[in-house]
Amino acid sequence: MPDREHTSKHYEQQLRLLKDKLLLMSHQAEQMIADAIRSLVERRPTLADEVISRDDTLDQLELEIDTLCYQILALEQPVARDLRFLATALKIVRDIERIGDTAVNIAERARELIQEPEMKRLIAIPLMAEAAQRILKESLDAFVNEDADLAEKVIESDTEIDDLYEQIFRELLTYMIEDTHYVSRAIKLIFIAKHLERVGDHSSNIAEMVVFMVRGQDIRHGTRPDRG
Amino acid sequence: MANAVKIHVGDTDFFYGLNQALYNVNIQIRDRCVTALIGPSGCGKSTFLRALNRMNDLIPGARLAGRVELDGADIYSPTMDVTLLRRRVGMIFQKSNPFPMSIYENVAYGPRVNGIAKRRSELDQIVERTLRGAALWDEVRDGLNRSAMSLSGGQQQRLCIARALAVEPEVILMDEPASALDPISTAKIEELIYQLKRDYTIVIVTHNMQQAARVSDETGFFLNGHLVEFSETKKLFTAPSKRETEDYITGRFG
Repeated sequence: MPDREHTSKHYEQQLRLLKDKLLLMSHQAEQMIADAIRSLVERRPTLADEVISRDDTLDQLELEIDTLCYQILALEQPVARDLRFLATALKIVRDIERIGDTAVNIAERARELIQEPEMKRLIAIPLMAEAAQRILKESLDAFVNEDADLAEKVIESDTEIDDLYEQIFRELLTYMIEDTHYVSRAIKLIFIAKHLERVGDHSSNIAEMVVFMVRGQDIRHGTRPDRG
Repeated sequence: MANAVKIHVGDTDFFYGLNQALYNVNIQIRDRCVTALIGPSGCGKSTFLRALNRMNDLIPGARLAGRVELDGADIYSPTMDVTLLRRRVGMIFQKSNPFPMSIYENVAYGPRVNGIAKRRSELDQIVERTLRGAALWDEVRDGLNRSAMSLSGGQQQRLCIARALAVEPEVILMDEPASALDPISTAKIEELIYQLKRDYTIVIVTHNMQQAARVSDETGFFLNGHLVEFSETKKLFTAPSKRETEDYITGRFG
């Protein structure tokens, strides 16, 4: 929140409530991604199950946040940075919810992979997961602290994740070519890498909205205006 | 916004005696647009509005320095005919102030004294046309000889708008035109403002920021006699460029 408070305490309190809910939701999504990867690396099916079951809480939070946004829009008629904050909330809540779904998908693949013998020691995927979690965390930090510079950094580092994905894809492809017994497991690992790559994309979306929220500039789809 | 400049205000200061009310104001008011002026009480927005048709002339010690041009002509020049200026630049006040006469006479008064219409049939036409223009005709057509004072507050305000329209102005200045009205009457006035901008240039002062956001094309924010920001309404209410504007419109002021 900006340093100055609204004269209307009720309005101020509503905006804080919205922000708190977003923080709670993003923290949970972050945790879900971390645990989903941990369930794979440490081969813990119960942790994978737990991640899957946590998705309901996230969905519930999405609904609560949407409702709260509609109420604030209708009753308080926010303008300027408050309006941009509301628009940002409505958009990033969707990205955060999708990140939760991604964690569920990773956990599901992990559960299947755990039932088969380990194909190889996982190195690149944990590395990619680390990078994805880092930029997710940074995009959410940028949102909380209204830090457009950090958000821009996130957008730039998304390519790092894309590169890791390419690398993993090529590596697993060679496994599949060498031995067809690897195909099923390698495809599942590629799915997981693809899911992590999507986490990077969602983080990037969040970061773009943060730049809009802070500066009032829409930088999506290369529409970034020249900054003087 | 492509419309031509109707009123140009350049480097304008305004004083009430020794008190300076406006500091170096520069604004281009565009033809057939609604320009809203917002700001806290005492910020100078009403002073600015009244400077546009020299209503401040009547206040002892009031003095303007700078240029206010209507279609390129300096309205403070000694050769300016102030009566003609006020015919071209009409005004609507916060409190509706119909004359204590019939609805018909309220509207017919201006055209009659200004010699716009001489015959009764011409006057009848003007009265009907302007009452239609002010979205009041359907409500009063069957009782034009009723006293204007028998109308509701919202109807009285639209009658005042009709009265202003009757002398065929080019610019209409509105000082809090809906602040004393109920929400339905307010909505009617706002809708009317929308309709009127097809033919007139409108400048409106309002404390109701949502109203400014709803009705205007461009908005100026005044603070302590300074024009802090002047931009397209949709920009000012989504991404204002000045911190003071942001604080004021989001309610973080004072």
